[in-house]
Amino acid sequence: MTRLILGPFNRVEGDLEVQLTVHDGRVAQAQVNAPMYRGFERMLVGRAPLDALTIVPRICGICSVSQTVAAALALRQACNVQPPANGVLATNLMLGCENLADHLTHFYLFFMPDFTRQVYRRRTWFTRAQQRFGALLGNTPGNALHNRAAVAARARWFELVGTLGGKWPHTGAILPGGSSRALEASERVRLLQRVREMRAFLEGTLFGGPLEQVTALTDLAALQRWCAQHPDSDLALLLELAEDTALGKLGAGPDLYMSYGAYPDARGTPTWVQGVWDASTQKRLALVTQDITEDSHHAWYRDAVGSAARHPMNGATEPDADKPGAYSWNKAPRLAGRVLQTGALARQLIDGHALIHDAVAHHAGTVLPRVLARLLEIARILPQMEQWLHAIELHAPFYQAHELPTQAQGVGLVEAARGALGHWLRIENGRLSHYQIIAPTSWNFSPRDAQGQPGALEAALVGAPMDPTLADTPAANDSVAVQHIVRSFDPCMVCTVH
Amino acid sequence: MTFNVLWLQSGGCGGCSMSLLCADTPDLPAQLQAGGVNLLWHPALSLASQHELLQLLDDCLSGRVRLDALCIEGALLRGPHGSGRFHMLAGSGRPMIDWVRQLSGVARHVLAIGSCAAWGGISASGANATQACGLQYEDDLPGGLLGQTFRSGSGLPVINVAGCPTHPGWIIDTLMLLAADALHASDLDALGRPRFYADQLVHHACTRNEYYEYKASAAQPSDLGCLMENLGCKGTQANADCNIRLWNGEGSCLRGGYACINCTAPGFQNPGHAFQSTPKLAGIPIGLPTDMPKAWFVALASLSKSATPKRVKINAHSDHVVVAPAPRSKRGRS
Repeated sequence: MTRLILGPFNRVEGDLEVQLTVHDGRVAQAQVNAPMYRGFERMLVGRAPLDALTIVPRICGICSVSQTVAAALALRQACNVQPPANGVLATNLMLGCENLADHLTHFYLFFMPDFTRQVYRRRTWFTRAQQRFGALLGNTPGNALHNRAAVAARARWFELVGTLGGKWPHTGAILPGGSSRALEASERVRLLQRVREMRAFLEGTLFGGPLEQVTALTDLAALQRWCAQHPDSDLALLLELAEDTALGKLGAGPDLYMSYGAYPDARGTPTWVQGVWDASTQKRLALVTQDITEDSHHAWYRDAVGSAARHPMNGATEPDADKPGAYSWNKAPRLAGRVLQTGALARQLIDGHALIHDAVAHHAGTVLPRVLARLLEIARILPQMEQWLHAIELHAPFYQAHELPTQAQGVGLVEAARGALGHWLRIENGRLSHYQIIAPTSWNFSPRDAQGQPGALEAALVGAPMDPTLADTPAANDSVAVQHIVRSFDPCMVCTVH
Repeated sequence: MTFNVLWLQSGGCGGCSMSLLCADTPDLPAQLQAGGVNLLWHPALSLASQHELLQLLDDCLSGRVRLDALCIEGALLRGPHGSGRFHMLAGSGRPMIDWVRQLSGVARHVLAIGSCAAWGGISASGANATQACGLQYEDDLPGGLLGQTFRSGSGLPVINVAGCPTHPGWIIDTLMLLAADALHASDLDALGRPRFYADQLVHHACTRNEYYEYKASAAQPSDLGCLMENLGCKGTQANADCNIRLWNGEGSCLRGGYACINCTAPGFQNPGHAFQSTPKLAGIPIGLPTDMPKAWFVALASLSKSATPKRVKINAHSDHVVVAPAPRSKRGRS
């Protein structure tokens, strides 16, 4: 039995430490520690309500639009305003732009470089992995080719937010009443051109063929055939090395999945449905948001009086760095007391995509389905964004004026790239009097709760093998499997420790 | 000789790194390399993790690896009670502020990347429960984590590449100038910001300048008019070249339809008023343009308001151009 403290993890947003107990070369127990406290929920209290739109994007540099949308939705409810259709389309375009970029960043910059680690140097695919997915730093010009191209494509892609929202990250253009920037005809054709450029990168490099054909794949057998027909695509290489490294057996998370529903239209109907998927019973359930609680039993926060778990509309965040038994600055969110995973895999299971259901039927909720679901979302969202751009009605309003209430409350639920993000706020005397945030990685990387139930990653790490290496070197404590599992959730620690 | 850069993050959102990745170049690593910049390690871009990074930090401290520039992104969290335990560097058992103090002592240059690392920024909002501060400032008070008298190996104070986020061009230009030994004390403004961007005002090249000239003001978001009078814009006071060196292609805050909040300045996070509304005294905005005497501003504003062309007045309250500038007829030319 060995105890290990792993960190700092990089290629995750923010700082992360994982403590492992290792037995017989496998992880027997894991504790996930978010080692930073930032205090946004307390900063927001006392501010003018719309100040949230300037402050909350700065919770996160990689999902700042998602944070803004959550705040705008909560304020929209509090202000009882309905934005015009154009405002909703512009918001969805900016959110879709960020979510696609985040999936791309995750695949190329965060997840794939681990396959160029020396532990894999004898694998048949190693040289190809280096040429395509080597980390951007420390590589020669002939390597990391697809990563370099992905960064360049991503920079051009963000010109969508540059035009619609002024800049990325930290746009201020998304408002309860819509968006602050109308679009002209010539700008629309330029943005459509940017979308075409991204489509060309995705179809040429990532998938090897048309996005619409990728989204039409209905099972793993069809996916295998696709890869055989497009052997030079990054998707084909992912599947080749996933098979060789058993990514479909690594890091099974909880059987419960949740999505708040993604990209609602002007009537509030989401493009990808809201709900809960219980893989153990194969049933899709309605989401009851009143069943969401946060528990700070093992987090460095003072516990609630009476009960340890609170609904976020009644939640509190009072730091206590000396609390006995605590090991993380992240609280433990639960749905009706249960642990769940959230993210692209949850969204696509709940939306009922056949390929992802087949992947989970074969591999459970492991590393490979989590990565596949993100790639599928990339292929699904881009054609949707083309439609939204075309649907914008030129010279119709983007913004609806409204009053600010002195007393109100609101909930903003949004799907960030990494999963379900919620903001719960109250306004009293014209000022924010309550603000609680549950980020996607708060769910996925939660510590144990009062019942001792481990969080999703804590459970997923159990059984992960350590690398076979020589003893008495630092590398003896390495586990590339742990790295794959951790990064397969695409954690955003800066959101988690808001 | 390459210019070795180490990049670490603490109390912030990581958005300045994400902004760096939006740099306008077909090959970011190649661009840095061509400028002589060798990033030893960056949280988003390096393979090395865990003990590999801790070993590199040790190598920098011992001098086995020469540290030409230490880039810190995010505020320095001194709480609780000065212990720094609000951010323990994972796997090291030590507060991040200890690492930053030590590494600053061996670096030839120390750079604050973004307003959190420069002054505390958004991370120091409100009551500042985390005791967040910048490397050499706490808001506009000199001091911060390293102290007012700190000088890095080069003799320079901390170079504040401030902004929230900072612009990718500001980072890259600063690093490439340093690598070429072409950024000196006289190239920094009074707050340690590189003058190549801080000598400009956000107002310069703003697309709303004609509305500003006539005080034809936006009444609500999405209006084309000037954002200064009603919607909180500080572009006439903010030191940055945001409307000259655009963001993500064709963007800037003002082009996106919302106010400049002067995010390159210390203390911007607590403006004393709602960000998107302009505080006024007797109907006149409190924050006047830089270098502008109040009496002149009032006189010119009332004169220009009465001279506003109908075209400008109508368009200012619309989200698109309703009245186009009339083409000059050839016969009308003198």
